[in-house]
Amino acid sequence: MSEIIKVGMADLKVCKSPNGITTLGLGSCVGIALRDPSTKIGGLAHIMLPDSKAIRNNTNIPKFADTGIEELVKQVVAAGAGRSRLVAKIAGGAQMFAFQNKSDLVRVGERNVEAVKKKLQELKIPIQAEDTGKNYGRTVIFYPETGNFVIRSVGREEMVI
Amino acid sequence: MGKEISLETMSAEYVDVLRELGNIGAGNAMTALAQLLNCKVDMKVPQVRLLEFKNVGNLIGGEEQIMAGIYLGVEGDITGSIMFLLAKDSAKHLIEKLMGMEMQGDDFGEMETSALMEVGNIITGAYLNSLATITNLKIFPSVPSICIDMAGAILSVPAIEFGAVGDKILLIQSQFMDEIELNGYFIMVPDIESYGKILASLGMA
Repeated sequence: MSEIIKVGMADLKVCKSPNGITTLGLGSCVGIALRDPSTKIGGLAHIMLPDSKAIRNNTNIPKFADTGIEELVKQVVAAGAGRSRLVAKIAGGAQMFAFQNKSDLVRVGERNVEAVKKKLQELKIPIQAEDTGKNYGRTVIFYPETGNFVIRSVGREEMVI
Repeated sequence: MGKEISLETMSAEYVDVLRELGNIGAGNAMTALAQLLNCKVDMKVPQVRLLEFKNVGNLIGGEEQIMAGIYLGVEGDITGSIMFLLAKDSAKHLIEKLMGMEMQGDDFGEMETSALMEVGNIITGAYLNSLATITNLKIFPSVPSICIDMAGAILSVPAIEFGAVGDKILLIQSQFMDEIELNGYFIMVPDIESYGKILASLGMA
């Protein structure tokens, strides 16, 4: 029997085939799915903010793109994934509200996506697929068995990337 | 500049003060709603909760529940933002009541969205007004913005604002009834200096 592991906001977990892993209602946050295609071991992180260094109170590792991704890599490798074989798929980073001013906060989705891409590039983990930006929420389910990243949104067709 | 106070380190006494402010604000908001709908609106005592991010979705009926969120920036003596959240069926009921007609289907059109935004504007305006009166601080709301989507996705916006300074979110749940029970939530996100200013204005900090 396979199960679906749930990841909350500012949270991350490891997942092995045949299980799946999900995070519900991603808004401006970004979901990062990592996978080693040969061992079929993966994981999912749900980050909220781009940069732990920009904030004083930064002990919550999974909350930030930089520290969250590092920690997820560490945990999937510890679970048996090959570091050099890791590939990534990402989703989220929407702009939920159309504001005129408050520029920095409005762009937090976009900045989250940029920070995630930068960190993955730094760690030399290729991004195989992404569904980011726009103005709607996403629920994602990742299957390390196939690498399928299922994305569900309100009033839209389910898609697999 | 007020003293910097975070939700994590705040004493129980301060949390009680914020809770009481939330109560008064929500009470005023409901009075405004009753006037708008021209009917009697009863409300339960609001629940004020300090929650970790990962538990927020559970409280309001799941991250995937479809809700309407009305979000405003706050400027003046204190800065930050405020959000009013309403479950989709509650939102639909309010719109029908306000416009005096049944909504066709389940989708919110331009007119419905605009009506809902106005309701949110009046409710949050009343909430902020009472806060301004009690604290004697100038508080100006910005033009509201609305979003109808999954609760988790809407909540990510104030959660990220809270996230910039701490690991918890302050949520005020107000249940109110006219013919049916409606569930609304207020989320007030003052900037970190603003907590100090609010408490100082009440002679607390």
